[in-house]
Amino acid sequence: MLKTETFTLNMGPQHPSTHGVLQVVLELDGETVVQAIPNMGYLHRGIEKLAESRTYAQFIPYTDRLDYVSSMGNNLGYCQTVEKMIGIKVPERAEYLRIIMTELNRIASHLIFMGSLAIDLGASTGMMFGFRSRERILDLFDMACGARQTYTYIRFGGVSADIPSEFIPALQRFLADFPAMLDEYHRLLTGNEILYHRLKNTGLISGQRALEIGLTGPALRASGVDYDIRKVEPYGIYDRFDFSVPLGQVGDCWDRYIVRMEEMKQSASIVTQALEQMPEGTVMATIPKVLKPPAGEVYHSIENPRGELGFYIVSDGGTNPYRLHVRRPSFINLQVLNETCQGLLIGDVVAVLATLDSLMGEVDC
Amino acid sequence: MQEITGLFKIAEILRDILGRFLPNPQLVDICMSLINIGAIFTIISLTAVVLVYTERKVSAFMQRRSGPNRVGPGGTLQSVADMIKLMAKEDIMPAGADKWMWILAPMLLFIPAAAVFVVFPFDNKAIFADLNIGIFYFIAMSSQSVLPFLMAGWASNNKYSLVGGMRTVAQMLSYEVPMVLSILGIVMLAGSMRMSTIVAAQQHTWFIVLQPIAFVVYVITATAEINRAPFDLVEGESEIVAGPFTEYTGMRWALFFLAEYANLLAVSVIATTLFLGGWNGPWLPGWVWFFLKVGGMIFLFMWFRWTFPRLRIDQLMSFGWKVLLPLALLNIIVTGIGMYIYEFFS
Repeated sequence: MLKTETFTLNMGPQHPSTHGVLQVVLELDGETVVQAIPNMGYLHRGIEKLAESRTYAQFIPYTDRLDYVSSMGNNLGYCQTVEKMIGIKVPERAEYLRIIMTELNRIASHLIFMGSLAIDLGASTGMMFGFRSRERILDLFDMACGARQTYTYIRFGGVSADIPSEFIPALQRFLADFPAMLDEYHRLLTGNEILYHRLKNTGLISGQRALEIGLTGPALRASGVDYDIRKVEPYGIYDRFDFSVPLGQVGDCWDRYIVRMEEMKQSASIVTQALEQMPEGTVMATIPKVLKPPAGEVYHSIENPRGELGFYIVSDGGTNPYRLHVRRPSFINLQVLNETCQGLLIGDVVAVLATLDSLMGEVDC
Repeated sequence: MQEITGLFKIAEILRDILGRFLPNPQLVDICMSLINIGAIFTIISLTAVVLVYTERKVSAFMQRRSGPNRVGPGGTLQSVADMIKLMAKEDIMPAGADKWMWILAPMLLFIPAAAVFVVFPFDNKAIFADLNIGIFYFIAMSSQSVLPFLMAGWASNNKYSLVGGMRTVAQMLSYEVPMVLSILGIVMLAGSMRMSTIVAAQQHTWFIVLQPIAFVVYVITATAEINRAPFDLVEGESEIVAGPFTEYTGMRWALFFLAEYANLLAVSVIATTLFLGGWNGPWLPGWVWFFLKVGGMIFLFMWFRWTFPRLRIDQLMSFGWKVLLPLALLNIIVTGIGMYIYEFFS
């Protein structure tokens, strides 16, 4: 009788496909995964603690560094939380600009997801194509705020600056080209037999289990749970737009992929609508130079590309937050990794990691 | 004597020159053998250099980039620069590595990759050894490359390498069977395993026309044999880092690399010889046709690599055993029946 035993493989923190510095301690029985324990903290910067020694406004740039491929969303989440505490009314035009930027950022983020999924599954060209289209969006952001990745564009009371005149034509060109781009990706990736078989029925997460563990965002919706904060609890002016929430059926990697691809289409439609409705006017409300929110606490969450991004702020009436906590969707979504990967093969771990789309900047806040 | 062209003519001239300086014909033969061996090694090394450049340019073309364009005109000297860099690199052996196995593995991999070049019919008569079991020799030699992968994987004392080594054995063994069976159809048609006879038999009709299924099976299995995407599970960059090569540096790693590209050339040459009519073709000299066809095959393999995702190990195995093997067997049966019917009517 042959005696076999499992062995431990440290996947990461330096590994081509762990999306940053994530370490997954794999216990393997040959190629089969017995346990996959994510070990995080390699990118921990103590952002929550840093907030306590910064004024409210000084903390905005730190939010850029959370989920660094959807910084607009982070800005929005934090600013809306503080605005909620103080009760600032944001000008109409700024609200529309916020929607346009965050939805464009959602598209950019999902394009990165698509690209990294492709390269994790061995199709390196997919990565290049995803980044190519994302570049168009980054150019737009560059026009609006001068930065490509860490924007700090959304501020308390509005946005930092109005868009330049060349922004809208460029955005319209992008929106006109986008369906064709998406179509190309569907042809190249969605229509690929190998990709389909790699993703279909791998990494199943039931809707029940997803809710129990607190999964949010596309990962939750892929399991068939209709929960999108933009619909359930519309923040900003999301109630004015007509869009649908794509849902998956079984909650496998394929559904998570398709849900994100469909979300991009919906985001593009939201941007188109916002562009049509956007009024002229100021982009910044008049707010005091030094913000001193009343003592108390507030929680506000928004739908970021990776899920429910929530900011919980306790104020003691001073200029700095007394305590700030970020509900990071990547961190919580990653908790499902172990149970999802059990019984799968090494190659599937990569696929599950890619479709959970956790970003280390956000996991290690 | 047939008409003397191309490579063969160069060999004739060389032989002529040598004959003037060397006392007896045996010495001339030995010298010519050495020159031929040297030529083959030069071709292999140059192929690797050229193919690396081609690969990078092709991938850049597929990904809408410009690829290497700094070193030399159009980046053509990039591979040379890379080679110099690799040679200058420190040779690191991991602690706890199985020393001899670790040293031997890249060499043992390179030897069969180089040895198969002996039977390649570059042109009519431009073949180093026209063995009567040429194709069998190719299969036997190329199957030697399984073991070095496992050796490298085991000797590196690295778990990624070991997993990669294990994968290689599983993959190469299971894809070799349908590969051999797909070649068998050609051997049946040509009635010989001699390379020159097989090519000569395609003077009028290329075997790809008579054996389309075999061609498809061959191309798929050949991709798996040389461990390129979508069958690059051995390296599987995003899964097991670089598989058996993870711990290798500098020239040792370059030997794996060289062998990989030599193998890419080898399977393309075999595809050309067996299915695309080898040196046969109008107007141009034979060896030009030969290299054009080989280039086409190489482009096809590169195209695969830069467009397909990777298969999973269980899908790979079931595809090999459940799809390709029955297909190859069916092809043999159909070929046999077809030949019988053809003989019956003519």
